[in-house]
Amino acid sequence: MESLYLLVPISVALVFLTGWVFWRELHSGQFDDLERPAQDVLADDDR
Amino acid sequence: MEYGRQASIVRWMTACFHCGLPSPERGRRVHFLLGAERVFCCAGCEAVACTIVAGGFETYYRTRTAPAIRGQGRNYSEDQPADDRSDASLILEGLRCSACTWLIEQVLRKQPGITRAHVNYATRRAQLAWDPAKTDLRSLVAAIRSVGYDATPYDPQRQEEAHRRERRSALWRLFIAAFGAMQVMMYAFPAYVSDGELSADAAEMMRWASLLITAPVLVFACQPFFAGAMRELRHRRLGLETPIALGLAGGFAASAWATIAGTGEVYFDSISMLAFLLLAARYAQLVAARRATAVLDGLMRWTPSNALTPGQHVTVPPGERVPADGVVEQGVSSADESLLTGEARPVTKGAGDTLIAGSVNLEQPLVMRVTRAGADTRAAAIARLAERAASEKPRLVEAADRIGRLLTGVVLVVAIAAGLYWGNAWIAIAVLVATCPCALGLAAPIVLTRANAQLLGRGALVTRSSAHAALERVTDVVLDKTGTLTTGQLTLSQVVLLGHADAPSCIALARSLEASSRHPISRAFGPGASITLASVQHVPACGIEARVDGCRVRIGTERFCQDLVGRPAPSHPDVGVFLANEQEWLAAFALEDAPRPDAVEFLAALRKRGLQVHMASGDPLAGGMSPQDKHDYVERLQRAGRVVAMVGDGLNDTPVLARADVSFAMGSGADAAQLGADVVLTGNRLGAVTEAFDISRRAMRLIRQNFAWALAYNAVVLPLAALGWIGPWEAAIGMAASSIIVLLNASRPLTAKESWKASTSSSPSRSLSYS
Repeated sequence: MESLYLLVPISVALVFLTGWVFWRELHSGQFDDLERPAQDVLADDDR
Repeated sequence: MEYGRQASIVRWMTACFHCGLPSPERGRRVHFLLGAERVFCCAGCEAVACTIVAGGFETYYRTRTAPAIRGQGRNYSEDQPADDRSDASLILEGLRCSACTWLIEQVLRKQPGITRAHVNYATRRAQLAWDPAKTDLRSLVAAIRSVGYDATPYDPQRQEEAHRRERRSALWRLFIAAFGAMQVMMYAFPAYVSDGELSADAAEMMRWASLLITAPVLVFACQPFFAGAMRELRHRRLGLETPIALGLAGGFAASAWATIAGTGEVYFDSISMLAFLLLAARYAQLVAARRATAVLDGLMRWTPSNALTPGQHVTVPPGERVPADGVVEQGVSSADESLLTGEARPVTKGAGDTLIAGSVNLEQPLVMRVTRAGADTRAAAIARLAERAASEKPRLVEAADRIGRLLTGVVLVVAIAAGLYWGNAWIAIAVLVATCPCALGLAAPIVLTRANAQLLGRGALVTRSSAHAALERVTDVVLDKTGTLTTGQLTLSQVVLLGHADAPSCIALARSLEASSRHPISRAFGPGASITLASVQHVPACGIEARVDGCRVRIGTERFCQDLVGRPAPSHPDVGVFLANEQEWLAAFALEDAPRPDAVEFLAALRKRGLQVHMASGDPLAGGMSPQDKHDYVERLQRAGRVVAMVGDGLNDTPVLARADVSFAMGSGADAAQLGADVVLTGNRLGAVTEAFDISRRAMRLIRQNFAWALAYNAVVLPLAALGWIGPWEAAIGMAASSIIVLLNASRPLTAKESWKASTSSSPSRSLSYS
């Protein structure tokens, strides 16, 4: 039970860390187009 | 005179008269305006307000429903090119309510040399046209800026950028809410299952952890709900956001208080879950709306060149868009006209063929002669119509909004009453959350937008969103034969000689006479006038008269020619056009109007849908009906209780198109915009009419299902929540589920076979055959 006193604060910190990572990815354009990149693998144009 | 509630609030909290922001002690300005002392927060607002009043536009302050943006005496760079353009589309920034659009239009119309000023609140665009000799774009933009708004030339990139920002921030909020909800759920889990094994310390820590994570979810992710509720409060209008915001804020405050005080119930899990589900519904709505308007955006993003003038010759390289409407002078290629007609197959183009602005030249360079440029092009006309449809709020949506507001009021009253009666704030919150009529607000708009977008992709532009409701009720279809069921292009099929002249000379004479006319009949004789004529006269509904070597000749109806010859025509087969001179009858010509290839199929498809089909032809060859006859015909049907759709193509069809309950106009006919039709067939494909019937009927069915579901849900859940039978988390799930179900239902296919097959090909034969 005592481990909770360590794990719960760590999980809170992790939530904020994950939020920060997502924020960075979002603003690097990672999620701007969720459709086309998925079809790119099917396209035969990598010369 | 009372200038709105803003004025009364002004003195109380010393808010700026113009922008409504609190005015600081230092730098505050007082100006005697409109019969009272008005406080301004800065010199910028003061200047803007003085300009507005000096221009005589003080009505703005009475009719506005939101304060203006701050007029910060901004230093605008004078970057507008002072070219010789005479029209422009501007993006406006700082529009807050429809009074703003009125103000800008009024200010612009007072400018010298302005010929057109139209502001669209929905698209935030201003359409301007002016006389370049009297004013220029720079001074018009300055006029807009003088009353506190910013205007920049319409730039698709900016629009795109705005869309991207909107999408990113929606995703970000959704992520915070989703991740937060997940985490808070984990902290809540032990308390639900522990059976008292959880130590008080551990439970308290879980509560604090939940509070810590729910706080950003509420403060940041839920911000749109609070902003929306504030807006509704300012407008003194009950909306859908108010109960949501109250429920979220109330639930959080009560839980936070319980956490700090150490006693009472906490529902952080329900709050963050509600936030997540609501934001998920919103995000889905955003994506659905974007996808539906993608077709429209394509059309609006491309604007025809303003630099060209009719008569000019332009070379269009392969792969480029045709910059204006025109005719091919040289070269053979094919063009992709899908942007305008919805027709995916390339169309072959050779000398003499027409090119439409916005289509893409696919193979070889083409030399074209411009016939219509800039705002006169078909693309521009279609974009204007589409814009009008987008900015109009259909009656259906307005009705839903009204009912939604009413329900919101009921919900608020019931929530307060239930909370007081039970002495439990959680019951009030559950009522607020569970019965918020959000689903009602979603029910119609998405379906209508989707229906419009799908029809546009199939070559039918809906110019009025109310057309769908009418289309559903239609029982009778009246068709104009010429130009609708037929191509309207007459060809000469037979020449009957009545006098002594031979056939070639009669045709040459007829051709020369008709060369001066643009009537469809004239084109049947082909181009190339070889005989010089004098004193050419056009007699409407009769024909043409001219002098050849001093001798009068006439071409036209039998009666018209008989007046010239003085005796009836010799026996002849049943033909339509006659040629005669003063001495004798010369010839009679039989003309044929080729039916459209899809006409037979079209009639069968209409009858199959249980629609009564009527023909109303204005064709003089078929002893046709005058525009008045057609109008009366439709009126008679309507008086007999029928709901009539009219399909027409000519300018003379305007009255009957206006009379019918729903009207279709061929995009190739007279300027489609002028006809005022409810639906314009941009692809000239009759199949689009039946598709419009199908899609509208289905769309209306979906809307009705959505309304029924949303209302039924609220009717069931309101008493349950008021009785205290629904806990906060059940309320959250119920509310979000009702929205998501409506959203999913709205996303159902609108056509019978909306599969990948149908969407990859829009060839006319296939689209027609699915019925």
